[in-house]
Amino acid sequence: MNQMSQAQAVPRSIRTIPEYRGLLSWVSSVDHKQIGIMYLLGALLFLLLGLVEATLIRIQLAVPENTFLSPDSYSQIFTMHGTTMIFLVGMPLMLGLSVYFVPLMIGARDMAFPRLNAFGFWIFLFGGFLLYFSFMSGSAPLAGWFAYAPLNEKAYLFNSGQDYWVIALLLTGAGSIATAINVIVTVFTLRAPGMNFRRLPLFVWMTTINSFLILFALPALNTALVMLFADRQLDALFFVSAKGGSALLWQHYFWFFGHPEVYILILPVFGIISEVIPVFARKPIYGYGFLAGSTVAIAFLSFAVWAHHMFATGLGFPVYYVFAGASMLIAVPTGIKIFNWIATMWGGSIRFTTSMLFATAFLIQFTIGGLSGVAFAAVPIDWQLTDSYFVVAHFHYVLLGGMLFGIISGIYYWYPKMTGHFLSEKLGRAHFWLMIIGFNGTFFVMHLMGLFGMPRRVFTYPADIPYLAPMNMLSSCSAAVLMLSLLIFFANLIVSLYRGEQASDNPWEGWTLEWATSSPPPPHNFDKVPYIRNRRPLWDQLHPDLPEARLEAEHEAGGASR
Amino acid sequence: MNIPSPLIPASLQARDINFLFQIVLIISAIILLVVAGLVLYSAVRFRRRPGDPVPTQDFGNTKLEITWTVIPLLIVTVMFFLSVRTMHAVDPPPLNRPPDIQVVAHQWWWEFSYPESGVITANELHIPIDKNLLFSVTSADVVHDFWVPQLARKIDAIPARKNFAWIAADQPGLYLGTCAEYCGVEHAWMRIRVVAQTPEEFSQWQKKQLAIPAKPTEPLAVKGYNVFMSRPCSSCHRIAGTPADKDIGPDLTHIGSRQTLAAGVFDNSPGNLEAWIADPQKFKPGCHMPDLQLEPAELTALTAYLEELQ
Repeated sequence: MNQMSQAQAVPRSIRTIPEYRGLLSWVSSVDHKQIGIMYLLGALLFLLLGLVEATLIRIQLAVPENTFLSPDSYSQIFTMHGTTMIFLVGMPLMLGLSVYFVPLMIGARDMAFPRLNAFGFWIFLFGGFLLYFSFMSGSAPLAGWFAYAPLNEKAYLFNSGQDYWVIALLLTGAGSIATAINVIVTVFTLRAPGMNFRRLPLFVWMTTINSFLILFALPALNTALVMLFADRQLDALFFVSAKGGSALLWQHYFWFFGHPEVYILILPVFGIISEVIPVFARKPIYGYGFLAGSTVAIAFLSFAVWAHHMFATGLGFPVYYVFAGASMLIAVPTGIKIFNWIATMWGGSIRFTTSMLFATAFLIQFTIGGLSGVAFAAVPIDWQLTDSYFVVAHFHYVLLGGMLFGIISGIYYWYPKMTGHFLSEKLGRAHFWLMIIGFNGTFFVMHLMGLFGMPRRVFTYPADIPYLAPMNMLSSCSAAVLMLSLLIFFANLIVSLYRGEQASDNPWEGWTLEWATSSPPPPHNFDKVPYIRNRRPLWDQLHPDLPEARLEAEHEAGGASR
Repeated sequence: MNIPSPLIPASLQARDINFLFQIVLIISAIILLVVAGLVLYSAVRFRRRPGDPVPTQDFGNTKLEITWTVIPLLIVTVMFFLSVRTMHAVDPPPLNRPPDIQVVAHQWWWEFSYPESGVITANELHIPIDKNLLFSVTSADVVHDFWVPQLARKIDAIPARKNFAWIAADQPGLYLGTCAEYCGVEHAWMRIRVVAQTPEEFSQWQKKQLAIPAKPTEPLAVKGYNVFMSRPCSSCHRIAGTPADKDIGPDLTHIGSRQTLAAGVFDNSPGNLEAWIADPQKFKPGCHMPDLQLEPAELTALTAYLEELQ
């Protein structure tokens, strides 16, 4: 007990906080910081599994007509890779950072519903384990991560793997909805005094809007999953066309969830980028209002674009007009963000920490993924390239070159806050450059594979189609570099926890509230929550000669254009 | 060299789509150059140097931000209208015209039939050049997708639903295609070959396909015929002019005339055919053709008979 009060006074490392010692303190915790860290650790565990699957995929495809994996195993592995990366890596990474930092950034002591928060995490973990348990049931699911009907029906997949898939996604989905509700209530009710919605940090803005997206999108998936389960177990025939159901109906349900899902994964990353760039460029975010507003626009539009995944299904011209138009429109608010971020860098004094390097790479790589996305909104181009490797290239640029690069930027940025130690910048730089080479080498060439007629989800390709073999070999070799870079990242996360340089409370000179408390924060977060007068509560403390109030007043008066 | 690439179009439709793709590619390349250029320029120009003062605290500029909202809006508006124009050029409505070709996708092979002439074939489609042909596409089981990039848009084959699209070819030649929607474990081996021929060659081919193969006379082939009819072969396949009339597996009336076997797994040769029938699960694991447990002598006879079906 004596020890406890002593350590609490100066918590220097997460390893020495008495409340966080011992496994029991973690499994029984309702502390949003512990839950956030457990979310991230869970996600990293599944990331490791997803990477093993990716490695197997790239080995199989390295040479044409390879027999390394059987068609059956290959199908299981790419299905598990996709499902894992979306539901067990992307979602928990995003939710973990949200539940850790939203309360800190708004000056709250915890989430609004701490036990619901724990529930959300544990149900996700349980769902993830259940999905992997399917390997022991005879067969993992093998219908792909979007599991089109009627291939997902018992008539075609009689193994219980597909049933595990349904239950696992239902569980993780329920957890995501719980956490989304929790974030919304937290942000609406627990903000520090003076922090109105115009003073909310952009990460919190985007996470909040994101929570609304989760709230409206995931129920569509859950509905479809329950219907599929009824089909498989009770012969309900929702998706069995031969008996009066509709195979196409599944696609509508799935993509009504599936497209907003892409934004669910990327919006919090937009938030991270909007925190990282200003701090390292030493400038306020450029166009706060446009950034927050364009996020609302994206959220609304994301529910009106789902059928662009179905342009090859023969829905008909009127449908194409609407969904092509909306899909192209959504590029506009996204473009606004890119230009606002560049404008934030412009004229700044940029410190290229590893975090900032990842944020910079994000800007370019996400733009590539966004531009190929616009190409898919042009219906005739989609008619040629959908379901080809061009799509595989596109969404890996969005989800890996965009989402994962942004999340990693956030992890380098916030790791000192979470643990009290810096991540090694030396390892960080090796990680960054290898990942740039590995990522672009693996995925850029996939655009060309698609343009050379290679469909996605094939376990092999004919040896006599020119160029496919060398392109696949290049991709596989680059994938090895990508894996190496991520292993360095994992090593960095572990080594720095023990040997990482000690971090001060505000090591990057950030100006949002999480930097106002110690690193790592004490269990109760803040001894005293300050009154919030502007968007950068810590600015005045760092720059007493340039008070934020005066800067804002000058801007209102038109002085900012100087 | 046959490259199944939409960048090497061989029909009006594929050319129109390729033209649109080139425009979008150029626009995208310019945008990427601008964005990457600005990012890299700021990264170099504005990187922190020792002794830098606190930079000007710039909160934004509404006029500038409206500019970079309106410009992308204009670009996507142009792209939208170009897309609509191409959509109409490539995919005009069929207007109740009966299809020239019916495509039925199966796990994992293609059935092609020509309703006018009555020809039925598998995995290998023959078309006359310079003719816009309407094809209807459906599926006998799960969702598949018909994709021959050089000749036509891709179109899904969905059970209990008929989709229509147009296919054409400018020049005679072989055009490769494949199933483009994941349809189960053997999705990779569901390849399409389109043989585009001059009208004369095409009608010759059609005539040959309509001919009912003569009854075998050579003893080995006769034995093979008997094997086919008495063993489970005839409970799935059809051979015109014989009692075998099932349509669960591909029509074998002219199997000897096709270039490949098992939807692209091998070239069609007597050796490959025999190996395939002897152990389909070895070459296409998961496919619906069972191992028939034939004696080696039966196998040789059966191969001899099938090879005669030119």
